[in-house]
Amino acid sequence: MPFREDQISRYSRHIILKEVGGRGQEKLLGAKVLVIGAGGLGSPVAMYLAAAGVGTIGLVDMDVVDVSNLQRQIMHSEKTIGMPKVLSGARTLERMNPDVRVIPIQDRLTAENAMDMFSDYDVIVDGSDNFGTRYIVNDAAFFLQKTLVSGSILRFEGQVTVLEGHTDAPCYRCLYPEAPPPGLVPSCSEAGVLGVLAGTIGTLQAAEVVKKILGIGHLLTGQLLLYDALAMSFRKLRVPKNPSCPLCGPAPTITSVSGSSEWVCQIPAP
Amino acid sequence: MNILVNGKSEAVEGGSTVKSVLDAKDLDPALVSVEHNGKILEKSDLGGAVLAEGDELEILFFMGGGRN
Repeated sequence: MPFREDQISRYSRHIILKEVGGRGQEKLLGAKVLVIGAGGLGSPVAMYLAAAGVGTIGLVDMDVVDVSNLQRQIMHSEKTIGMPKVLSGARTLERMNPDVRVIPIQDRLTAENAMDMFSDYDVIVDGSDNFGTRYIVNDAAFFLQKTLVSGSILRFEGQVTVLEGHTDAPCYRCLYPEAPPPGLVPSCSEAGVLGVLAGTIGTLQAAEVVKKILGIGHLLTGQLLLYDALAMSFRKLRVPKNPSCPLCGPAPTITSVSGSSEWVCQIPAP
Repeated sequence: MNILVNGKSEAVEGGSTVKSVLDAKDLDPALVSVEHNGKILEKSDLGGAVLAEGDELEILFFMGGGRN
């Protein structure tokens, strides 16, 4: 695929990197990435992927933009308050880079629709806000043998990992075998979150996605990166595959996507 | 004896279990995932996991946040 003049200019800083080059940039332009959650994490992930020239970006979210989102969800703006997040996001991404095709999916991710939704994509990014969705995303990515780049944030801390349960690496259920009881883990709206933390964790996720597409460097597979913004410290833990994982272990008991997006960690706002 | 908890040295009583360390920190086991010397423990094994000098514990907190 020959580059247009404007593409050579746009991607020159990539093309000049020997690990990327013209071939790597072509891979990015041909890649399809699905971003679950068009919020705090989804914003920096999708924006950096769009800027990098990732050719197809799917955005999944059923919410509309609220003024309380704007402290960290940088893909949205004052002007898009009230608009579905996936459309607000698509507008931002398309304005950043006309090479990118954005697929807005304003729908609730469920155990029933996840496999269909994911099947077309090369890499899945989890920036969701509840555990039910995290297990659904994990299971569907596992069954479809897709790399899942997972990130989460709360207060001043964040976690990033790359899950490939279909290989000898762990899945989300290896790390977190059982979902916590509903209502006991506070959400960002209850506990708060430092806005810029979403950018830190989201851009780390974006870096892992780009590396996966290019096939360069070392990914956080089998490792959990922990970031503490107050201490300004990063720690990397080895996380093993659980040999008795009910999903990705040798004797699985979970044989279809499970988990529920009805699972709610939030106490309704007063 | 001393163990490492999330990368920091902590003194605990000899014979302590993972569960007793969580209890001392007032942490509900349902809300964390615990890695003991590189292995994620099942919830049912927390009480039986006896700690030895120099053991490493990683207490991982569930974080769902992201979108909202």
